[in-house]
Amino acid sequence: MGKFQADWDGPVLECKSLSISYYTRAAEIPAVQDFNLALKKNETIGLVGESGCGKSTVAMAIMRYMGKNMAITGGQVLYKGVDLATLSEEELRQLRGSEISMVYQEPMASLNPAMKLDRQLMEVPLYHEHVSEQEAYDRAVKMLSNVKLPDPERVMASYPHQISGGQQQRVVIAMALLSEPSLLLLDEPTTALDVTVEAGIVELIAELAGRIQTSMIYISHNLGLILETCDRINVMYSGQVVEEGSVSEVFDKMRHPYTQGLFSAIPLPTADKNARPLQAIRGQLPLPHARPKGCYFGPRCDHFRDGLCDGGPISMQTVDEASGHGSRCLRWTEINWTRVGAGAGQDVHADFGESVLNVEHMKKYYELKDTSMAAMIKGGSSRHVKANESISFLAREAETVAIVGESGCGKSTLAKVLMGLETATEGTVNFQGKDLSQVPVQQRQRDDVKALQMVFQNPFDTLNPSHTVGSQLGRVIRKFGGITDGEAVRRRVLELLDIVKLPSDFYFRRPRQLSGGQKQRVGIARAFAGNPTMVVADEPVSALDVSVAAAVTGLLMDIQRTYRTTLLFISHDLSLVRYLADRVVVMYLGHIVEQGTTEEIFSPPYHPYTEALLSAVPIADTSIEKKRIILEGSLPSVINPPKGCVFHTRCHRKIGDICQSQVPPQVDMGGGHRILCHIPEDELKAMGPVIVQKGEPQEAAE
Amino acid sequence: MTDSALQLSKRPSAATRVLKAILLLRESWVGMLGAALVLFWILVAVFAPVLAPFSPNDNLVPIATPGTEFVTDANWQSGKFVAKDSCTPIEDEPGKVYCGTFWLGTDNLGRDILSRIIWGAQTVLIFAPMATFFAYLVGIPMGLWAGYSRGRVDAIFSFISNVILSYPVLVLYVLIITTIDRSSMNIVAAVVFASAPGIFRIVRGLAMDLRPREYVFAAETRGEPLWYVLFMEILPNARGPLIVDAMLRLGYVIITIGTLAFLGLGLPPPDPDWGRMISEGRQMIQVFPHISLFPCLAISSLVLGFNLLADGLREISLRD
Repeated sequence: MGKFQADWDGPVLECKSLSISYYTRAAEIPAVQDFNLALKKNETIGLVGESGCGKSTVAMAIMRYMGKNMAITGGQVLYKGVDLATLSEEELRQLRGSEISMVYQEPMASLNPAMKLDRQLMEVPLYHEHVSEQEAYDRAVKMLSNVKLPDPERVMASYPHQISGGQQQRVVIAMALLSEPSLLLLDEPTTALDVTVEAGIVELIAELAGRIQTSMIYISHNLGLILETCDRINVMYSGQVVEEGSVSEVFDKMRHPYTQGLFSAIPLPTADKNARPLQAIRGQLPLPHARPKGCYFGPRCDHFRDGLCDGGPISMQTVDEASGHGSRCLRWTEINWTRVGAGAGQDVHADFGESVLNVEHMKKYYELKDTSMAAMIKGGSSRHVKANESISFLAREAETVAIVGESGCGKSTLAKVLMGLETATEGTVNFQGKDLSQVPVQQRQRDDVKALQMVFQNPFDTLNPSHTVGSQLGRVIRKFGGITDGEAVRRRVLELLDIVKLPSDFYFRRPRQLSGGQKQRVGIARAFAGNPTMVVADEPVSALDVSVAAAVTGLLMDIQRTYRTTLLFISHDLSLVRYLADRVVVMYLGHIVEQGTTEEIFSPPYHPYTEALLSAVPIADTSIEKKRIILEGSLPSVINPPKGCVFHTRCHRKIGDICQSQVPPQVDMGGGHRILCHIPEDELKAMGPVIVQKGEPQEAAE
Repeated sequence: MTDSALQLSKRPSAATRVLKAILLLRESWVGMLGAALVLFWILVAVFAPVLAPFSPNDNLVPIATPGTEFVTDANWQSGKFVAKDSCTPIEDEPGKVYCGTFWLGTDNLGRDILSRIIWGAQTVLIFAPMATFFAYLVGIPMGLWAGYSRGRVDAIFSFISNVILSYPVLVLYVLIITTIDRSSMNIVAAVVFASAPGIFRIVRGLAMDLRPREYVFAAETRGEPLWYVLFMEILPNARGPLIVDAMLRLGYVIITIGTLAFLGLGLPPPDPDWGRMISEGRQMIQVFPHISLFPCLAISSLVLGFNLLADGLREISLRD
């Protein structure tokens, strides 16, 4: 590309008061307004914000991937000093992939499933630089080893589905870097991945940022990831950047109420509900065509002042000239920015009652019938998916038990067995004195069904889009409450809506008229409609934005406390688990590898897997230091799990052949804290904590 | 809480919601055109007694070309003929009266084609929707049950429907109608038999798609009976594609009924039927094309109407 100077040393990318709109049937929707950014060479800027704040729109505008209904309505995008609006379609095609690359959220969607990876990777230099086949191949292999893929030649000869999700994302990153772009856009590159895999990718990105001559824009909703990868951060809210600055400035000296709100809404693995109660941001994101006058955050802000904040458009105020710290808040000098809430939480330790659920040696195998010709000849026609292997744990009244693990660890199967959608292969599930392990839900007593209910994960899926909120809740009440009188049912529905803090005119709303958080509240109301003894919550807030998630989490805990319900909280988010759980069960590949009280789990001794999980959690706190443990390899298949200890293929503390040959024993560390590991007890006890405040000693002295 | 319960705003009535949904169609001109065509034929069918200039089965003037004026003797008698006072005497020719124009001509038996098409609209718009409706009545429960339960139920139903679908449709119709008797209800039965498997497959696919949704899980975990899960949780969410499919299928059924009539397997004569009209004009098509042409146009415009309507519905359902 002759158009761009190779030795340009001004900002690689500049956005000058960029405004972007979408056009819909109804009206023009201003998605992004007055967006400014100057990205220096080798710099990584993080764009953070909740869904709908316009961060992906900015990325699309930079790439100039604009559909029919999207247009830049003002401002400029300058790439190496050239206004992208002046380029022709052909010039843009040359630009994309060679000068600017992008990595998307879903790796499988970025790779062509019908093509081998070598072809897909080699295309980049072949198309953009017209090099020879051999050189393209060599470059691709080199790049694959640069992104830390073991055995690049084998990867080159594979189809996308033959490698794991984490490896796919590494291939996508390699592909993006192949033409040595000057700018790399990463749009939530790890959101679709498990935490331990995510940790590897994040480390790679952070390392690449230091090593190669590429500037990056990292888009994420997760502040912890931004801290680990970026130099500067732009916090976006409702189409505007509300605060910008270096990562350390913004994290430690935030000067916008929204940024402050975000930080108080995310749970940290260093604090529980007593030490640091989560504070949700009240209200919800304004719709783009219904933004308030003046400060868009005004209606949700505690520092809002009439006449000042709603006067008119607010421009970026300079906080610190030297570091480029700015805030779109007129009152930033007047607000007291010391963090509130720390230590202000009341003691919410409930006294637990009797055992409600007692699972003992529960196993769930799925039979896989192999009907292929080969299997018929060999004779072995059925294999087993060992989804749950010898699960034993206990949950008491009013207690919150968290089940933690990555995808494929068997936590959803466990929930299905509990709910009676599947029956156990072996063992007992003792619920309120009755063994339900072999009783499918259709055969359970109404009282048992009523006493054990569930909150689901996906807010867009949890309510039936064809029925109103009122009729869905009403159905549950009729079924469980023994109430049949129409007026009484309606009164009870309104009562439930009130409990989950929704206005009563939601009765006639349909799910599509509700936001994600509101739907999840209705889902909670539905689960609690029959006054259950125990509620299984399967990742109830993982699909929600942080500020909303905090509110929903708080609500769930309030209701649980009021009704002394047992809560079985399934999650992969250790920060959240630390925040609300009383006891934690860590699962890996169908086995419980560690269980104990929350304090026991989050402090040494750890099971090596728990240790790795903890180290993988991104933490949005600059005063925290973590031990870096990156797990090798990918999750083994449940059809063919490793012999001996299931974790030995990825374990960083493997002690020898014993791990490969023998199933490890349950070591009781005292007080019900059990670890499934071969490592001797005193060695486990000598482990140092993974997460420490800076300045504290890393390894324990013992 | 109870106070606010009394102040609950009433939700809009069912009628206004349906009307609003129909008004959405305005945004697709294709859909509007389709709706206009369909509505045109519905109105024609409803007002057939008023619109038809002659009685459809009267033998008037054989093979009159379109536009021929019907002039006859003043004392001409016919049992079923249009009321005599609608004829006007012609001044130049005493003793003759003018009784209207054969705008589309007449067939070889002297029947007015326009009147037969108008009355034929009634036939087609009664039997085609009826047959489609019954086909859905059979296909929907089978499809929901198979798609939701999978396993043996699915295997059996799918096998049956595959056997039926693998048989040439036309041969199937001929077989059914020649075996059982040739009557209007048997035609409906044959259409149901031949199109229910197709509907079964669509519904089964939709049910399989909706089965893993969490609201279906939620219903299962509170122990809802099978019928509730099928008809209250799954079916309402499959209605969009099913409505579109029903419109398309209605078009095919109209063609099918026409084809059967063309083969002489349609409704028994003498009542007018578009397919049979085409068949009857077939021998003279090179000399008098109008006898077959106009019924052909009638069928294709109605089928086109349903197809365009389906396109329009799909278009607006994909937006938003």
